[in-house]
Amino acid sequence: MRKRILSGIGSVAALSLALAACSSSTDGTEVSESATSDAMEPVTITYSNFISNGGNEENLQTIVDAFEAEYPYITVDVTTLPYADYFTVLQTDLAAGTTADVFDIEYATYPAYQPSGVFAPLDGVDTSAYRGDVAAAYATDGVQYALPTSFSTVVLFYNKDLFDAAGLDYPTSDWTWDDERAAAEALTDADAGVWGDYQPISYYEYYKALVQAGGQFLTDDGSAVAFNSPEGLAAAEWLVEKSGTVMPTAEQGAGTADFDTSLWADGKLGMWHTGIWMFGAADGSDFAWDIAVEPGDVQNASAVFSNAVAVSATSEHQDAAALFAEFLSASDTMVDVRLETGWELPAISDTATLSTYLDQGDPDNRQAVFDSLDGIALPPIIGDNQAQMQDIIGNELTEAAAGRITAEEALANAESKINDLLG
Amino acid sequence: MTATAARTRLLPTATARGRQRRATATAYLFLAPSAIPLLLFVVYPMFRAAWTSLHEWNLLSEKSWVGLDNYADLVSDPETAAAFLHTLYYVLGVLPLTLVGGLALALGLHRAFRGRNLLRGVYFLPVVTSWIAVAIVWRWLLNPSVGIVNEALSWIGIDGPGWWTDPAWSMPSIILASAWKDLGYVMVLLLAGLQALPTDVQEAAMIDGAGWWRRLRSITLPLLTPALFFVVVITLINGFQVFDQVYAMTGGGPNGSSEVVVMRIYDMTFRYGEAGLASALSMVLFLVILLITLGQMRGERKWVNYV
Repeated sequence: MRKRILSGIGSVAALSLALAACSSSTDGTEVSESATSDAMEPVTITYSNFISNGGNEENLQTIVDAFEAEYPYITVDVTTLPYADYFTVLQTDLAAGTTADVFDIEYATYPAYQPSGVFAPLDGVDTSAYRGDVAAAYATDGVQYALPTSFSTVVLFYNKDLFDAAGLDYPTSDWTWDDERAAAEALTDADAGVWGDYQPISYYEYYKALVQAGGQFLTDDGSAVAFNSPEGLAAAEWLVEKSGTVMPTAEQGAGTADFDTSLWADGKLGMWHTGIWMFGAADGSDFAWDIAVEPGDVQNASAVFSNAVAVSATSEHQDAAALFAEFLSASDTMVDVRLETGWELPAISDTATLSTYLDQGDPDNRQAVFDSLDGIALPPIIGDNQAQMQDIIGNELTEAAAGRITAEEALANAESKINDLLG
Repeated sequence: MTATAARTRLLPTATARGRQRRATATAYLFLAPSAIPLLLFVVYPMFRAAWTSLHEWNLLSEKSWVGLDNYADLVSDPETAAAFLHTLYYVLGVLPLTLVGGLALALGLHRAFRGRNLLRGVYFLPVVTSWIAVAIVWRWLLNPSVGIVNEALSWIGIDGPGWWTDPAWSMPSIILASAWKDLGYVMVLLLAGLQALPTDVQEAAMIDGAGWWRRLRSITLPLLTPALFFVVVITLINGFQVFDQVYAMTGGGPNGSSEVVVMRIYDMTFRYGEAGLASALSMVLFLVILLITLGQMRGERKWVNYV
């Protein structure tokens, strides 16, 4: 009898564990009446973000304090999450109906979420305050559903001291892949633990390198992938051939959290492909450094990312939430804080305000940030299966970088898997 | 008191029934504190998941009814098949390691010697440690370039593998860490089994001149089969639901090489927005575990001895 009971308990335990992963409850689509009577009643709104994580928490707090000073009846309760976990938490919150009143989203997630009706329309907002191209990415059928808080580009960071020591010229905006490759080889010194280059083997780097090589990710009608082409192969090889030659391999730590940041901070990285959001973290370096527009192959193409804030459709304080969303994305305080601290660029239309950004020092060549906007590689968006697509590209290229498959095989595999998703 | 006693004597059957009814009510009363959370957090979500498995749902939009389509999709999905194979790989790797290792520990720590209780505690320590902490430590130990394991291997001239960066080694890495963590649990279960064994049979065998090995094989192990059976059942049930260590050590990678079933359920639900498909997969997993457990119950008669 005892065994029966024991295994009975086992089965129940099995059940509960097996189902725990998918036991979320409500549909999260209930629509609450907009609280138009917020008026001067004291309200507390919640804000869930990833944009301040990893060094900008105090800068965000400065903006929140200024907002609360301007609207004394509104209190903002801020929750900050790491980017890596943010969207899992957001999705779960949306499903459970426990979303914050105001929450961060990004360019690539907007098209996947908007049709589900989770964003409240932001009718009362003056959209002329924003850069038109960036704001348009968060509007559907003429209705603004989110407000861009910042945009950023990916540029080439370089360690001037290492370039000087190797007797090399600094990178310029005219550099091509060949120039970068030659410099990377000259900079790499395995015995000293110095690597010439670091560019993540990922979807984000790949779609950009693809445009730099003159290729395209999807066919014109978006019904199939188009990267299994000579240009696509050139882009894949450009990335994977760095691994183990001028860049550390996955076994040596590449791809793990903060690996590249530490390598850079230790002065052991010649060139680094990363976003301008790393200015703050790179600033503490005890060596001279600067940035340049990322080298291209047949053309220059830089990745541009933007973040935005949305108001939850289920928020009970939509008016107060919209005020905060607007303050966070367009107020002078926000612009000042971001420019002073080098925390990404505000997505505002008044470019004159941004001129102070250029004189902030370290890096000196901040003009490269604006120059990089001359050639933009937009990420391919396929809707519901976006995350799968990104995983497939990342996985296949990682296999190729490790030398377990060829770049050709990686592209062929990715092509058939992603076409299945699109089909 | 006297009144009850008198009535009992007068109406024996009726009161016996009444007493039984009262006993039943008392039993329910005692069960309620565990039954209510169980119904709320296990049984209800189970039925919700079963219901969800018949829908397409990205967690955000309204659910839309698709009948058994999700199940049909799973059958033809190579990655689901791969997830089951990875899970089977895990179970077949971890079961012998914990069973043999746990038995050896239990036999060793069953004898009386100084420091025995301390050692029992030491071996049980990993069991009560958080999986996340354990996984992070093991990731360090098995770090391909700076880990202690590969460092130690290099001393004896072995070029250590890529562990969690190599698809061929990601599953062995997880199995190794899991066996280390679960060993103490199996040890405690078997130790309890050993302590419950009758000593007279052992003494008789000893008098007859049976050696240690002979006694282990012919007496201890056969008598220990109920405990061994329980260990196998529990290890298999837990093994098919392996998740924490995979999530923390490899995240299912590299390139999906350690994507086990529950990891896939998690990815489908929270990363890929396919909660319906994931619910269907959890139903299938439940069915698989149920069938395996029932199969074991059936096989039980053949090898388990109850004294």
